[in-house]
Amino acid sequence: MNVNSNAYTYTFATVMVVLVAVLLSGASLGLKSKQQSNVKQEKMQSILASVGVQVDRAGAKSAYDEVIKQVLTIKGGAVVSEDRETGFNVDMAKAIKSSNMDREAPLYVASQGGQTYYIVPMRGKGLWGPVWGFVALESDGNTVIGATFDHKSETPGLGAEISTPMFTNQFPGKKISEAGEFKSISVVKAGTSSGDYAVDGISGGTITSNGVNDMLVDCLAPYAKYFKNI
Amino acid sequence: MSTEVKQKDALFSKKNQKLLSDPFNDNNPITVQVLGICSALAITVKLEPAVVMSLSVMFVLAAGNVIISLIRNLIPNRIRIIVQLVVVASLVILVDQFLKAFAYDVSKQLSVFVGLIITNCIIMGRFEAFALGNGPWKAFLDGIGNSIGYGVILIAVAFFRELLGSGALYGIQIIPDSWYITNGGFYANNGFFLFPPMALIVVGLIIWAQRAKNTKLVEEN
Repeated sequence: MNVNSNAYTYTFATVMVVLVAVLLSGASLGLKSKQQSNVKQEKMQSILASVGVQVDRAGAKSAYDEVIKQVLTIKGGAVVSEDRETGFNVDMAKAIKSSNMDREAPLYVASQGGQTYYIVPMRGKGLWGPVWGFVALESDGNTVIGATFDHKSETPGLGAEISTPMFTNQFPGKKISEAGEFKSISVVKAGTSSGDYAVDGISGGTITSNGVNDMLVDCLAPYAKYFKNI
Repeated sequence: MSTEVKQKDALFSKKNQKLLSDPFNDNNPITVQVLGICSALAITVKLEPAVVMSLSVMFVLAAGNVIISLIRNLIPNRIRIIVQLVVVASLVILVDQFLKAFAYDVSKQLSVFVGLIITNCIIMGRFEAFALGNGPWKAFLDGIGNSIGYGVILIAVAFFRELLGSGALYGIQIIPDSWYITNGGFYANNGFFLFPPMALIVVGLIIWAQRAKNTKLVEEN
Protein backbone atom coordinates (compact mmCIF):
# COMPACT_ATOMS: atom_id res chain seq x y z
CA MET A 1 0.00 0.00 0.00
CA ASN A 2 1.38 3.39 -0.94
CA VAL A 3 0.82 5.64 2.07
CA ASN A 4 1.82 8.72 0.10
CA SER A 5 -0.72 8.45 -2.71
CA ASN A 6 -3.40 11.13 -2.95
CA ALA A 7 -6.25 8.68 -2.52
CA TYR A 8 -4.72 7.25 0.66
CA THR A 9 -4.02 10.70 2.08
CA TYR A 10 -7.64 11.79 1.57
CA THR A 11 -9.00 8.55 3.01
CA PHE A 12 -6.71 8.77 6.03
CA ALA A 13 -7.70 12.38 6.69
CA THR A 14 -11.41 11.62 6.36
CA VAL A 15 -11.31 8.57 8.64
CA MET A 16 -9.24 10.47 11.20
CA VAL A 17 -11.60 13.45 11.26
CA VAL A 18 -14.69 11.27 11.65
CA LEU A 19 -13.12 9.14 14.37
CA VAL A 20 -11.91 12.12 16.37
CA ALA A 21 -15.23 13.94 15.96
CA VAL A 22 -17.18 10.92 17.22
CA LEU A 23 -14.80 10.42 20.11
CA LEU A 24 -14.82 14.05 21.26
CA SER A 25 -18.54 14.69 20.85
CA GLY A 26 -19.26 11.38 22.58
CA ALA A 27 -17.10 12.38 25.54
CA SER A 28 -18.65 15.84 25.64
CA LEU A 29 -22.24 14.54 25.58
CA GLY A 30 -21.60 11.74 28.03
CA LEU A 31 -19.91 13.93 30.62
CA LYS A 32 -22.03 17.03 30.25
CA SER A 33 -24.52 16.45 33.08
CA LYS A 34 -21.75 15.60 35.53
CA GLN A 35 -19.80 18.71 34.53
CA GLN A 36 -22.83 20.95 34.87
CA SER A 37 -23.64 19.67 38.31
CA ASN A 38 -20.02 20.40 39.33
CA VAL A 39 -20.37 23.97 38.07
CA LYS A 40 -23.69 24.40 39.89
CA GLN A 41 -22.28 23.06 43.15
CA GLU A 42 -19.29 25.33 42.85
CA LYS A 43 -21.55 28.34 42.38
CA MET A 44 -23.44 27.38 45.55
CA GLN A 45 -20.10 27.01 47.34
CA SER A 46 -18.99 30.51 46.34
CA ILE A 47 -22.34 32.03 47.32
CA LEU A 48 -22.02 30.43 50.75
CA ALA A 49 -18.35 31.39 51.09
CA SER A 50 -19.26 35.07 50.74
CA VAL A 51 -21.20 34.89 54.02
CA GLY A 52 -18.42 32.86 55.63
CA VAL A 53 -19.97 29.39 55.28
CA GLN A 54 -17.28 26.99 54.07
CA VAL A 55 -18.57 23.67 52.73
CA ASP A 56 -17.10 21.04 50.44
CA ARG A 57 -18.65 20.52 47.04
CA ALA A 58 -20.62 17.43 48.02
CA GLY A 59 -22.32 19.27 50.88
CA ALA A 60 -22.96 22.46 48.93
CA LYS A 61 -26.55 21.71 47.86
CA SER A 62 -27.95 20.95 51.32
CA ALA A 63 -26.11 23.85 52.99
CA TYR A 64 -27.29 26.18 50.23
CA ASP A 65 -30.92 25.15 50.70
CA GLU A 66 -30.56 25.72 54.42
CA VAL A 67 -28.79 29.09 54.45
CA ILE A 68 -30.29 30.81 51.41
CA LYS A 69 -33.85 31.65 52.32
CA GLN A 70 -34.92 33.54 49.22
CA VAL A 71 -33.66 34.22 45.73
CA LEU A 72 -35.11 37.45 44.40
CA THR A 73 -34.85 38.77 40.88
CA ILE A 74 -34.65 42.55 40.77
CA LYS A 75 -35.31 44.80 37.83
CA GLY A 76 -35.30 48.60 37.96
CA GLY A 77 -35.17 48.53 41.76
CA ALA A 78 -38.26 46.34 42.21
CA VAL A 79 -38.65 42.61 42.81
CA VAL A 80 -39.97 40.91 39.67
CA SER A 81 -39.64 37.28 40.70
CA GLU A 82 -39.21 35.30 43.89
CA ASP A 83 -38.68 31.96 42.19
CA ARG A 84 -35.48 30.33 43.49
CA GLU A 85 -34.61 28.62 40.24
CA THR A 86 -35.24 31.71 38.08
CA GLY A 87 -32.86 33.77 40.17
CA PHE A 88 -30.18 31.08 40.42
CA ASN A 89 -30.24 30.44 36.68
CA VAL A 90 -29.94 34.07 35.54
CA ASP A 91 -27.09 34.12 33.04
CA MET A 92 -24.88 36.91 34.38
CA ALA A 93 -22.81 37.01 31.18
CA LYS A 94 -25.97 38.03 29.31
CA ALA A 95 -27.42 40.16 32.10
CA ILE A 96 -24.45 42.53 32.30
CA LYS A 97 -24.89 43.42 28.64
CA SER A 98 -28.03 45.42 29.40
CA SER A 99 -27.93 48.68 31.32
CA ASN A 100 -28.18 48.79 35.11
CA MET A 101 -31.88 49.46 35.34
CA ASP A 102 -33.13 47.14 32.54
CA ARG A 103 -31.27 44.18 33.93
CA GLU A 104 -32.76 41.19 35.67
CA ALA A 105 -30.43 40.96 38.61
CA PRO A 106 -30.59 38.09 41.10
CA LEU A 107 -30.25 38.76 44.83
CA TYR A 108 -29.69 35.94 47.33
CA VAL A 109 -31.14 36.49 50.77
CA ALA A 110 -29.29 34.46 53.37
CA SER A 111 -30.04 33.87 57.00
CA GLN A 112 -27.13 32.92 59.19
CA GLY A 113 -27.00 33.03 63.00
CA GLY A 114 -30.22 35.06 63.20
CA GLN A 115 -28.87 37.73 60.83
CA THR A 116 -30.12 38.47 57.33
CA TYR A 117 -27.58 39.01 54.59
CA TYR A 118 -27.93 40.05 50.97
CA ILE A 119 -25.62 38.37 48.48
CA VAL A 120 -25.02 40.14 45.17
CA PRO A 121 -23.65 38.13 42.25
CA MET A 122 -21.30 39.94 39.87
CA ARG A 123 -19.49 39.43 36.63
CA GLY A 124 -17.08 41.54 34.63
CA LYS A 125 -14.01 41.50 32.44
CA GLY A 126 -10.47 40.71 33.56
CA LEU A 127 -7.37 40.79 31.42
CA TRP A 128 -7.74 37.42 29.66
CA GLY A 129 -11.34 36.48 30.29
CA PRO A 130 -14.32 36.92 32.56
CA VAL A 131 -14.04 37.53 36.28
CA TRP A 132 -16.95 37.02 38.64
CA GLY A 133 -17.77 36.90 42.31
CA PHE A 134 -20.25 37.36 45.12
CA VAL A 135 -20.40 40.23 47.58
CA ALA A 136 -22.39 39.76 50.78
CA LEU A 137 -23.95 42.78 52.51
CA GLU A 138 -25.39 43.15 55.97
CA SER A 139 -29.12 43.64 56.44
CA ASP A 140 -28.67 47.43 55.98
CA GLY A 141 -27.78 46.75 52.34
CA ASN A 142 -24.68 48.87 52.76
CA THR A 143 -21.93 47.30 54.86
CA VAL A 144 -19.96 44.47 53.24
CA ILE A 145 -19.60 41.33 55.31
CA GLY A 146 -17.64 39.21 52.86
CA ALA A 147 -16.69 38.74 49.22
CA THR A 148 -15.44 35.97 46.97
CA PHE A 149 -14.00 36.40 43.50
CA ASP A 150 -13.03 34.00 40.81
CA HIS A 151 -11.78 34.17 37.24
CA LYS A 152 -11.46 32.07 34.15
CA SER A 153 -7.90 32.66 33.04
CA GLU A 154 -6.15 35.51 34.85
CA THR A 155 -2.35 35.26 35.23
CA PRO A 156 -1.30 33.11 38.21
CA GLY A 157 0.57 35.19 40.79
CA LEU A 158 -0.75 38.45 39.33
CA GLY A 159 -4.39 38.94 38.33
CA ALA A 160 -5.34 35.51 39.65
CA GLU A 161 -4.63 36.78 43.18
CA ILE A 162 -8.13 38.33 43.26
CA SER A 163 -9.44 34.95 44.39
CA THR A 164 -7.06 34.72 47.36
CA PRO A 165 -7.87 35.80 50.95
CA MET A 166 -5.14 38.45 50.69
CA PHE A 167 -7.45 40.36 48.36
CA THR A 168 -10.91 39.33 49.54
CA ASN A 169 -10.15 39.88 53.25
CA GLN A 170 -10.03 43.62 52.59
CA PHE A 171 -13.75 43.73 51.86
CA PRO A 172 -15.50 43.05 55.19
CA GLY A 173 -16.48 46.37 56.78
CA LYS A 174 -16.37 48.40 53.56
CA LYS A 175 -19.48 50.30 52.53
CA ILE A 176 -21.15 50.71 49.18
CA SER A 177 -23.18 53.85 49.72
CA GLU A 178 -22.65 57.10 51.53
CA ALA A 179 -25.60 58.98 53.11
CA GLY A 180 -28.01 56.98 50.98
CA GLU A 181 -26.19 57.66 47.71
CA PHE A 182 -24.64 54.70 45.89
CA LYS A 183 -20.85 54.99 45.77
CA SER A 184 -19.40 51.49 45.20
CA ILE A 185 -15.99 50.33 46.37
CA SER A 186 -12.98 51.32 44.29
CA VAL A 187 -10.03 49.06 43.70
CA VAL A 188 -7.04 51.40 43.82
CA LYS A 189 -3.28 51.09 43.33
CA ALA A 190 -1.79 48.61 45.81
CA GLY A 191 -0.89 50.24 49.11
CA THR A 192 -2.85 53.46 48.61
CA SER A 193 -6.34 52.52 49.82
CA SER A 194 -7.89 54.25 52.80
CA GLY A 195 -11.36 54.72 54.19
CA ASP A 196 -14.53 52.72 53.80
CA TYR A 197 -14.84 52.93 50.03
CA ALA A 198 -11.55 51.60 48.66
CA VAL A 199 -9.46 48.43 48.68
CA ASP A 200 -5.90 47.77 47.45
CA GLY A 201 -5.57 46.33 43.96
CA ILE A 202 -3.06 43.68 42.94
CA SER A 203 0.37 45.04 42.13
CA GLY A 204 1.28 43.78 38.65
CA GLY A 205 -2.35 42.86 38.03
CA THR A 206 -3.61 46.33 37.22
CA ILE A 207 -5.95 45.40 34.38
CA THR A 208 -7.57 42.64 36.42
CA SER A 209 -7.88 45.02 39.40
CA ASN A 210 -9.51 47.65 37.19
CA GLY A 211 -11.83 44.94 35.88
CA VAL A 212 -12.90 44.13 39.44
CA ASN A 213 -13.38 47.84 40.11
CA ASP A 214 -15.67 48.25 37.08
CA MET A 215 -17.49 45.05 37.94
CA LEU A 216 -18.25 46.29 41.47
CA VAL A 217 -19.75 49.53 40.14
CA ASP A 218 -21.66 47.84 37.36
CA CYS A 219 -23.09 44.97 39.38
CA LEU A 220 -23.89 46.77 42.64
CA ALA A 221 -25.68 49.69 40.97
CA PRO A 222 -28.83 47.77 39.91
CA TYR A 223 -29.62 47.11 43.58
CA ALA A 224 -29.00 50.64 44.87
CA LYS A 225 -32.64 51.65 44.59
CA TYR A 226 -33.83 48.41 46.16
CA PHE A 227 -31.44 48.71 49.12
CA LYS A 228 -32.47 52.31 49.68
CA ASN A 229 -36.01 51.16 50.44
CA ILE A 230 -35.31 48.31 52.82
CA MET B 1 13.71 -18.51 29.44
CA SER B 2 16.05 -17.08 26.88
CA THR B 3 13.30 -15.07 25.26
CA GLU B 4 12.32 -13.61 28.61
CA VAL B 5 15.86 -12.50 29.32
CA LYS B 6 16.10 -11.03 25.88
CA GLN B 7 12.87 -9.08 26.35
CA LYS B 8 13.97 -7.74 29.72
CA ASP B 9 17.20 -6.65 28.21
CA ALA B 10 15.33 -4.82 25.48
CA LEU B 11 13.00 -3.06 27.92
CA PHE B 12 15.67 -1.31 29.95
CA SER B 13 18.78 -1.64 27.83
CA LYS B 14 21.55 0.95 28.09
CA LYS B 15 20.15 2.67 25.06
CA ASN B 16 16.66 2.86 26.53
CA GLN B 17 17.96 4.15 29.84
CA LYS B 18 19.69 6.89 27.95
CA LEU B 19 16.34 7.93 26.47
CA LEU B 20 15.13 8.55 30.00
CA SER B 21 18.26 10.19 31.40
CA ASP B 22 19.49 12.25 28.47
CA PRO B 23 16.81 14.91 28.70
CA PHE B 24 17.95 15.67 32.26
CA ASN B 25 21.23 17.09 31.19
CA ASP B 26 22.85 16.56 27.79
CA ASN B 27 19.63 16.93 25.86
CA ASN B 28 17.34 18.92 28.13
CA PRO B 29 14.33 20.15 26.14
CA ILE B 30 14.44 23.65 27.62
CA THR B 31 18.08 24.43 28.27
CA VAL B 32 19.65 22.53 25.36
CA GLN B 33 16.97 22.05 22.71
CA VAL B 34 15.42 25.39 23.74
CA LEU B 35 11.87 24.11 23.20
CA GLY B 36 8.83 24.99 25.28
CA ILE B 37 10.25 28.32 26.44
CA CYS B 38 6.94 30.14 26.05
CA SER B 39 5.15 27.98 28.59
CA ALA B 40 8.17 28.16 30.87
CA LEU B 41 7.80 31.95 30.91
CA ALA B 42 4.05 31.97 31.37
CA ILE B 43 3.45 29.59 34.23
CA THR B 44 6.47 29.74 36.49
CA VAL B 45 5.24 32.56 38.71
CA LYS B 46 4.23 29.98 41.30
CA LEU B 47 5.28 26.41 42.05
CA GLU B 48 1.82 24.87 42.03
CA PRO B 49 0.85 25.62 38.42
CA ALA B 50 4.38 24.64 37.35
CA VAL B 51 3.93 21.21 38.93
CA VAL B 52 0.44 20.79 37.45
CA MET B 53 1.74 21.80 34.03
CA SER B 54 4.68 19.38 34.23
CA LEU B 55 2.41 16.48 35.11
CA SER B 56 -0.04 17.30 32.31
CA VAL B 57 2.74 17.61 29.77
CA MET B 58 4.12 14.28 30.97
CA PHE B 59 0.78 12.57 30.38
CA VAL B 60 0.11 14.17 27.01
CA LEU B 61 3.65 13.69 25.73
CA ALA B 62 3.94 10.04 26.80
CA ALA B 63 0.47 9.09 25.51
CA GLY B 64 0.85 11.12 22.32
CA ASN B 65 4.29 9.67 21.59
CA VAL B 66 2.91 6.14 21.95
CA ILE B 67 -0.09 6.85 19.71
CA ILE B 68 2.01 8.51 17.01
CA SER B 69 4.56 5.72 17.21
CA LEU B 70 1.84 3.05 16.84
CA ILE B 71 0.38 4.63 13.70
CA ARG B 72 3.70 5.94 12.33
CA ASN B 73 3.66 3.61 9.33
CA LEU B 74 0.09 4.59 8.42
CA ILE B 75 0.52 8.36 8.50
CA PRO B 76 0.76 9.93 5.03
CA ASN B 77 3.94 11.96 4.95
CA ARG B 78 2.36 15.11 3.53
CA ILE B 79 -0.19 15.57 6.32
CA ARG B 80 1.89 14.25 9.21
CA ILE B 81 2.06 17.58 11.05
CA ILE B 82 -1.72 17.90 10.90
CA VAL B 83 -2.11 14.36 12.19
CA GLN B 84 0.24 15.14 15.08
CA LEU B 85 -1.70 18.26 15.90
CA VAL B 86 -4.99 16.37 15.87
CA VAL B 87 -3.57 13.76 18.25
CA VAL B 88 -2.32 16.37 20.75
CA ALA B 89 -5.45 18.47 20.56
CA SER B 90 -7.86 15.57 20.99
CA LEU B 91 -5.84 14.10 23.85
CA VAL B 92 -5.80 17.41 25.67
CA ILE B 93 -9.51 18.03 25.13
CA LEU B 94 -10.41 14.51 26.26
CA VAL B 95 -8.34 14.84 29.42
CA ASP B 96 -9.86 18.25 30.10
CA GLN B 97 -13.40 16.89 29.70
CA PHE B 98 -12.75 13.99 32.06
CA LEU B 99 -11.13 16.23 34.65
CA LYS B 100 -14.07 18.65 34.50
CA ALA B 101 -16.40 15.76 35.27
CA PHE B 102 -14.41 13.77 37.80
CA ALA B 103 -11.67 15.99 39.23
CA TYR B 104 -13.18 19.44 39.02
CA ASP B 105 -10.62 21.16 41.23
CA VAL B 106 -7.69 19.89 39.19
CA SER B 107 -9.42 21.01 36.02
CA LYS B 108 -9.80 24.52 37.43
CA GLN B 109 -6.07 24.59 38.11
CA LEU B 110 -5.40 23.44 34.61
CA SER B 111 -7.88 25.61 32.75
CA VAL B 112 -5.38 28.28 31.77
CA PHE B 113 -2.82 25.78 30.58
CA VAL B 114 -4.89 23.56 28.34
CA GLY B 115 -4.20 25.82 25.40
CA LEU B 116 -0.55 26.06 26.35
CA ILE B 117 -0.16 22.27 26.34
CA ILE B 118 -1.47 22.00 22.78
CA THR B 119 0.93 24.67 21.56
CA ASN B 120 3.89 23.40 23.58
CA CYS B 121 6.62 22.91 21.00
CA ILE B 122 8.23 20.12 23.01
CA ILE B 123 5.28 17.89 22.19
CA MET B 124 5.27 18.51 18.44
CA GLY B 125 9.06 18.45 18.49
CA ARG B 126 9.25 14.99 20.07
CA PHE B 127 6.47 13.60 17.83
CA GLU B 128 8.28 14.77 14.75
CA ALA B 129 11.83 14.00 15.83
CA PHE B 130 11.35 10.78 17.73
CA ALA B 131 7.95 9.07 17.73
CA LEU B 132 7.68 9.01 13.92
CA GLY B 133 10.83 6.92 13.67
CA ASN B 134 10.78 4.67 16.74
CA GLY B 135 8.73 1.92 18.37
CA PRO B 136 6.07 2.60 21.01
CA TRP B 137 8.13 1.58 24.06
CA LYS B 138 11.06 3.76 23.11
CA ALA B 139 8.68 6.60 22.28
CA PHE B 140 7.06 6.20 25.69
CA LEU B 141 10.44 6.41 27.46
CA ASP B 142 11.39 9.39 25.35
CA GLY B 143 8.14 11.12 26.28
CA ILE B 144 8.60 10.48 30.00
CA GLY B 145 12.27 11.51 29.87
CA ASN B 146 11.65 14.74 28.03
CA SER B 147 8.70 15.76 30.17
CA ILE B 148 10.74 15.17 33.33
CA GLY B 149 13.59 17.23 31.88
CA TYR B 150 11.04 19.94 31.10
CA GLY B 151 9.40 19.70 34.52
CA VAL B 152 12.69 19.92 36.43
CA ILE B 153 13.58 23.23 34.79
CA LEU B 154 10.04 24.55 35.17
CA ILE B 155 10.00 23.76 38.88
CA ALA B 156 13.48 25.21 39.42
CA VAL B 157 12.48 28.48 37.75
CA ALA B 158 9.16 28.60 39.63
CA PHE B 159 11.01 27.97 42.91
CA PHE B 160 13.11 31.12 42.51
CA ARG B 161 10.29 33.23 41.12
CA GLU B 162 7.80 32.37 43.84
CA LEU B 163 10.35 32.65 46.65
CA LEU B 164 11.82 35.98 45.54
CA GLY B 165 8.70 37.43 43.94
CA SER B 166 6.03 36.50 46.50
CA GLY B 167 8.07 35.34 49.51
CA ALA B 168 6.25 32.01 49.43
CA LEU B 169 6.71 28.44 48.26
CA TYR B 170 3.78 26.36 47.02
CA GLY B 171 1.46 29.07 48.32
CA ILE B 172 2.91 28.91 51.86
CA GLN B 173 4.51 32.08 53.20
CA ILE B 174 8.25 31.53 53.78
CA ILE B 175 9.56 35.03 54.51
CA PRO B 176 8.31 36.00 58.00
CA ASP B 177 5.71 38.78 58.00
CA SER B 178 7.76 40.89 60.43
CA TRP B 179 10.62 41.19 57.90
CA TYR B 180 8.56 43.26 55.50
CA ILE B 181 9.05 47.00 55.28
CA THR B 182 5.29 47.50 55.60
CA ASN B 183 5.53 45.83 59.03
CA GLY B 184 8.61 47.76 60.11
CA GLY B 185 11.18 45.29 58.76
CA PHE B 186 13.83 45.56 56.05
CA TYR B 187 12.58 43.28 53.28
CA ALA B 188 10.45 43.77 50.19
CA ASN B 189 9.44 41.22 47.57
CA ASN B 190 11.08 41.73 44.21
CA GLY B 191 8.07 42.43 42.04
CA PHE B 192 10.15 42.02 38.89
CA PHE B 193 10.26 38.27 39.52
CA LEU B 194 6.52 38.12 38.86
CA PHE B 195 7.00 39.20 35.26
CA PRO B 196 7.99 36.96 32.34
CA PRO B 197 11.34 38.67 31.59
CA MET B 198 12.68 37.39 34.91
CA ALA B 199 11.79 33.82 33.91
CA LEU B 200 13.89 34.27 30.80
CA ILE B 201 16.79 35.57 32.89
CA VAL B 202 16.51 32.65 35.33
CA VAL B 203 16.41 30.16 32.44
CA GLY B 204 19.46 31.94 31.01
CA LEU B 205 21.31 31.59 34.30
CA ILE B 206 20.45 27.89 34.47
CA ILE B 207 21.73 27.41 30.91
CA TRP B 208 24.94 29.22 31.88
CA ALA B 209 25.45 27.12 35.00
CA GLN B 210 24.75 23.93 33.06
CA ARG B 211 27.23 24.77 30.30
CA ALA B 212 29.88 25.83 32.77
CA LYS B 213 29.70 22.34 34.30
CA ASN B 214 29.08 20.35 31.15
CA THR B 215 31.64 21.77 28.72
CA LYS B 216 30.74 19.44 25.85
CA LEU B 217 27.56 21.50 25.35
CA VAL B 218 29.56 24.63 24.61
CA GLU B 219 29.70 25.39 20.89
CA GLU B 220 33.01 26.12 19.18
CA ASN B 221 33.89 29.70 18.16
